[in-house]
Amino acid sequence: MTVAQPTRTTQPTLIASPPGTGGEASPLPQRILMKGNEAMAEAAIAAGCDAYFGYPITPQAELLEWMARRMPEEGRVFVQAESELAAINMALGAAAAGARVLVSSSSPGISLMAEGMSYMAGSRLPVVLINVMRGGPGLGSIGAAQGDYLQATKGHGHGDYRVPVLGPSSIAEAIDLVREAFAIAERYRTPVILLADGILGQAMEPVSPNFEALAPSTPDWTLDGADGREPRVVKSLHLRPEDLERHDIALQAVYEEIEANEIRWAGEELADAEIILVAYGTAARVSRTAVQRARAQGLRAGLFRPISLWPFPAAALREASAGARAVVAVEMSAGQLVEDVRLAIEGKVPVFHHGRMGGMVPTPDGVVGAMRQAWAVTDGGAA
Amino acid sequence: MTSQPQTGDQDVQLAEGGRTVYRRPLLLSNPTSYCPGCGHGIVHRLVAEVLEELDLGHRTILVGSVGCSVFAYDYLALDAVESPHGRAAAVATGVKRYRPDKVVFTYQGDGDLAAIGTAEIIHAAARGERFTTIFVNNGIYGMTGGQMAPTTLVGQRTTSSPLGRNPATTGYPLPVTEMLSLLPGVAYAARVSVASPMLVGKTKAALKRAFEVQLEGRGFSLVEVLSTCPVGWGMTPTEAMEHLATDVAAVYPLGTWVDRAKGVAPAMPLTMEAAKAVAGPAVHPADTAPEA
Repeated sequence: MTVAQPTRTTQPTLIASPPGTGGEASPLPQRILMKGNEAMAEAAIAAGCDAYFGYPITPQAELLEWMARRMPEEGRVFVQAESELAAINMALGAAAAGARVLVSSSSPGISLMAEGMSYMAGSRLPVVLINVMRGGPGLGSIGAAQGDYLQATKGHGHGDYRVPVLGPSSIAEAIDLVREAFAIAERYRTPVILLADGILGQAMEPVSPNFEALAPSTPDWTLDGADGREPRVVKSLHLRPEDLERHDIALQAVYEEIEANEIRWAGEELADAEIILVAYGTAARVSRTAVQRARAQGLRAGLFRPISLWPFPAAALREASAGARAVVAVEMSAGQLVEDVRLAIEGKVPVFHHGRMGGMVPTPDGVVGAMRQAWAVTDGGAA
Repeated sequence: MTSQPQTGDQDVQLAEGGRTVYRRPLLLSNPTSYCPGCGHGIVHRLVAEVLEELDLGHRTILVGSVGCSVFAYDYLALDAVESPHGRAAAVATGVKRYRPDKVVFTYQGDGDLAAIGTAEIIHAAARGERFTTIFVNNGIYGMTGGQMAPTTLVGQRTTSSPLGRNPATTGYPLPVTEMLSLLPGVAYAARVSVASPMLVGKTKAALKRAFEVQLEGRGFSLVEVLSTCPVGWGMTPTEAMEHLATDVAAVYPLGTWVDRAKGVAPAMPLTMEAAKAVAGPAVHPADTAPEA
């Protein structure tokens, strides 16, 4: 199984092209224009996804539609489930049988998948879940939002478990991260969430059409009928507290390994930055423009972009912001990412939050304004 | 869970002139921990016998459920996956679609299948998923302390219907097999009972037929087994069996509702024939795709 090189927390990783560029490594004629939802779907197929289960919901429906056409063409499994609840449990069954499985949905449907994700985490089953986030709470809106950050990185379902979360900020990067997500899921036997948003899902960008494959894995725990071996049981139930605690400790050990090996982030203009923006996904695209505008106006701004949202690149952010005057978390949510930023920085630098909600997207000028305000109310003592 | 002695894994050496009158099925790996008089032990044994007689033990995957039978994988020597409460039919869909060459069955109680799992079982049946569901209906939530289930008889006292089930506020017993038998995707559906040795024999025959239907790729197969819960019902094991044979059987008639290969099927709102006239014969991906 091929897995991305583990990265040290102090080195920036450019998984793909910088945000906003969508694959500048390839010359233009070799690139094709793809919609985010469709590109992520095709990336999963290229990565060797054996089975897909989904349910229609805006703004991820094109992903389901792409798979409905392409998976049967490849002789692979596609089922449109009766609910997201059923979809994640079909994924549970297929994963237990050894399939490389993708499920996708958007925020309300992801909530319905919380039960299955907890069971899959407890049963040590790999799956990749793409959340094309929309506005909430409740039915919310179909506009792009990032209000599921805490759900994805802190909780989702019940019980003591964590899920690696990757946040792409361009379609080209999403293509790479789909493959990375499968690799991480299988390497650690865990669900992995790809946290996209309605803009990444709906936008079209030029991408390199040569999606990379992921070598098949040959795990020794899958179910195929106990032919010539002892039967295997895939389960999360451990009724005796002593047994469950042992199981939970083993899970936590896996999470520590993930925290040590799977930190991903990217930085721009950080070396001399007075004000550092922290943003992921679409908010990072806006922040990148804001950094350029601020620099043009004489404000030394930089962007720290976490790519792995859990594990959060806390040490890297702490180090990158050590000489800064202030840090501003920019998000399409009401102060969710900023909690991880504060935990990472440990009070060493003042931390501010700039966010829009409900499907509204921060504007570059709004972000510049937030930077100016952060500059104005801090004295630069840390610099 | 697995500290019990292994008793089913070998045959006893017979003395000269001796004959075997009882043998544990090889697939029955441990004595069960079910209550005295509970029907699960009987159904487990029948499943083990049928799979052994059809020589399917090495290619079968059990999809467990939540309830008293949650530990079925401790008693049946089969590959098994546990499902969240009610989701067994969705889990089995995932298993069978990826491994169409394996035999897949769910083992579910009535709280699991007929309450929290209704959406999953209806749609798996509607899609004609090629697995078998063994639905053990004892009309009560046994594991959690004997609460009312959708299948509880009218007037029956449970810990959550202490005055007896009142249909004015809680409805009537859910006839799962009759409901599902209306769906073209259901290839086989029968209701059987463990109330007597004769009925146990019929239950075994129904289970065997259900697995055969799966092997033939005909669609979804369902066996509803009426069973007992003496503790939940507040009865002795003997009283429970008598109640099962009389009052329960009066509400849930036994019989084969669907066996399409043998021409047994109820009239349907939209027949398969009508659908074929519109769209032509349906082709299942498992019949065309290469094996996983």
